[in-house]
Amino acid sequence: MGRLITKLISSVNETENTELLKKLLEARGVSGDEGEIRKLIREEAEKRGAKVEFDALGNVIASKEKEGKKRVLLDAHMDEVGFLITGATGDGCLKYQPVGGIDTRVLVGRRVLVGKEKLPGVIGITPIHLASESEMETPLKHKDLAIDIGASDKAGAESDCAPGSTAVFDSPPELFGQNMLVSRALDDRVGCYTLLRILELDLPVSLFCVFAVQEETGLRGAQTAAHRIRPDIGLAFEGTTANDIGDVKHEKMVCECGKGVAISFMDRVSISNPRLRAALIETAEANGIPHQMRRGTAGGNDAGAIQRAASAVPTCTLSVPVRYIHGANGVCCLADIDAQAELAAQYLMKNE
Amino acid sequence: MLNTLKQVLAVSGVSGNEHNIAKTIEEMVGPYVSTIKTDALGNLIAIKEGKAGGKRVMLAAHMDQIGFVVTDINDKGFLYVTNVGGFAPEAFLGKVVTFTDGLQGVVSSKAPSRGPADGKITMEDVYIDIGTSTRAESEAKVKLGDTACVAHQLVVNGTRVSAPTMDDRAACAVLIEVLKAAAKPNKTIVAVFTSQEEVGIRGAAVSAFAEQPDEGIAVDVTLAGDTPDAKPRMAVSLGKGPAIKIMDRASISTPYLRDALIKICEDGGMAYQREVLPFGGTDAGAIQRSRAGIPAVTISIPCRYVHSPVETVDLADLDDCVKLILGYVNQ
Repeated sequence: MGRLITKLISSVNETENTELLKKLLEARGVSGDEGEIRKLIREEAEKRGAKVEFDALGNVIASKEKEGKKRVLLDAHMDEVGFLITGATGDGCLKYQPVGGIDTRVLVGRRVLVGKEKLPGVIGITPIHLASESEMETPLKHKDLAIDIGASDKAGAESDCAPGSTAVFDSPPELFGQNMLVSRALDDRVGCYTLLRILELDLPVSLFCVFAVQEETGLRGAQTAAHRIRPDIGLAFEGTTANDIGDVKHEKMVCECGKGVAISFMDRVSISNPRLRAALIETAEANGIPHQMRRGTAGGNDAGAIQRAASAVPTCTLSVPVRYIHGANGVCCLADIDAQAELAAQYLMKNE
Repeated sequence: MLNTLKQVLAVSGVSGNEHNIAKTIEEMVGPYVSTIKTDALGNLIAIKEGKAGGKRVMLAAHMDQIGFVVTDINDKGFLYVTNVGGFAPEAFLGKVVTFTDGLQGVVSSKAPSRGPADGKITMEDVYIDIGTSTRAESEAKVKLGDTACVAHQLVVNGTRVSAPTMDDRAACAVLIEVLKAAAKPNKTIVAVFTSQEEVGIRGAAVSAFAEQPDEGIAVDVTLAGDTPDAKPRMAVSLGKGPAIKIMDRASISTPYLRDALIKICEDGGMAYQREVLPFGGTDAGAIQRSRAGIPAVTISIPCRYVHSPVETVDLADLDDCVKLILGYVNQ
């Protein structure tokens, strides 16, 4: 660790910053249905003096261009995993398809919010009194589950909630414990928060903040946005797997909450540019910013799409460790969010 | 050919860390080309201008190779690793590996001598021993994210040559010989020594976009079906000439290009084979889908024991590949 420097980004613990993060976490935005989160991000980006544009897939591109300066693309995806309503059963429950990777083990008994009106719903199951032994032992499949919205028949359910609408977990953000946060959609509203905070700075680069759509369904938004921007470098800001509790060996944790921003060397879809990665590590060390390596190669994020959207772009990923990711409630450490934002700010401030 | 091949086999370049092999190839081909450059993904691009109005043909051979990446270091200094590119870890147990800076170590697993009683070895069972006893000692030598590949070794038996990195340094050697021999080609040669093929044909995708060739020819190894009980069944043998790819999982060769190559072989009385690979893919798959589509084909070098430390080719096939490519660029 080096000396502690003057921070460029005030802590997420300060009230107005906490409020911003909470608002981002409360907005709905299942992949392909990002309207609500998009509107919020547009307002917040404009407040920070960025030029805001949308593209045809629905990406928000908030830019602060500077003629002749290095074109830097910062990416965070605004979509989240959730449920796509496909119709109703005869008894008025909603059938769905998962959007993005969702483990059925976390679903049973969960409350969800359905459609733009945020109708309450619950994912039901056979009562324990009536379940057979084999039912208790066999993992459920999505096709076995349905969302009960209190409707009495198929027509009623479909008029309340048309097929094609989406649902999210009903698990709003709450601070708890020692500087920890529990919420749905930490993946990747923490990255959206970081990008908005970066937009508050006057940086010596030509800045393009992409709030991408449809990451969870295949890195789609980042691909089109990066192709349009043609950046000189790309950084993806993510929430990533922290498998750091219980009886887990160090080498299987991937990363740990509270140990700082996780820097990637490789995942399923990209290998971080070695020089860019080294420069980020050096910046973290020189400025005493808590950091760790992401000790795994599973998963993939928008960096994979950005680095080969057109001709080659050097990329790296900076992540906030999130426990129980893609579940109803993720958990992360607020200090790690600060580390993510501070590392990006310090790196960009010196990157003319 | 053998000397060129030896030079490119001796240098490491795991996907994403191709700078050492790129430098070697740059020195070898620099005197023979008009332009040479690298891009942000590590591709090495060497251009030899053809006659005015001639087509621009991208020749792609990947420089990167499969290997290990360090994911953690334990208290006793052992390195936990995972794979870069796809391979069966069993094939590399008991082997010496080399890191980018020359550090060497040995690969072992939970049950190295007798094999595991409970089934297959997975990457989670594999570790590298670099002769240290503590985490701190290892951390002084290796950082998380560093890559290692199986150490260079070479066996020459007549025209048959075995080494760990024939995939795809054999093709790099072919391209180098083409650049040396093509004094004044009719077509412009855009030779791309690509990066990150083994992890998803990434280097070819971005270099094809940037260079906008009229046509693409990937040169890569393919499986040989001439070993005992070879699986998959492949009608490709060592020493019977270049294999002209009909299709694999990543591309269907553009028919006119495929037929043009076959015609060159038939007209010149050169041996060739037709190849259908039931899985896998080459840089042609990425080139073909660049921009609005680019005609592409693969010329394959028959190779036994692909993705093992003893990948084996026949030098006669390499020489024939050079002749075939020269025939095409001089048309």
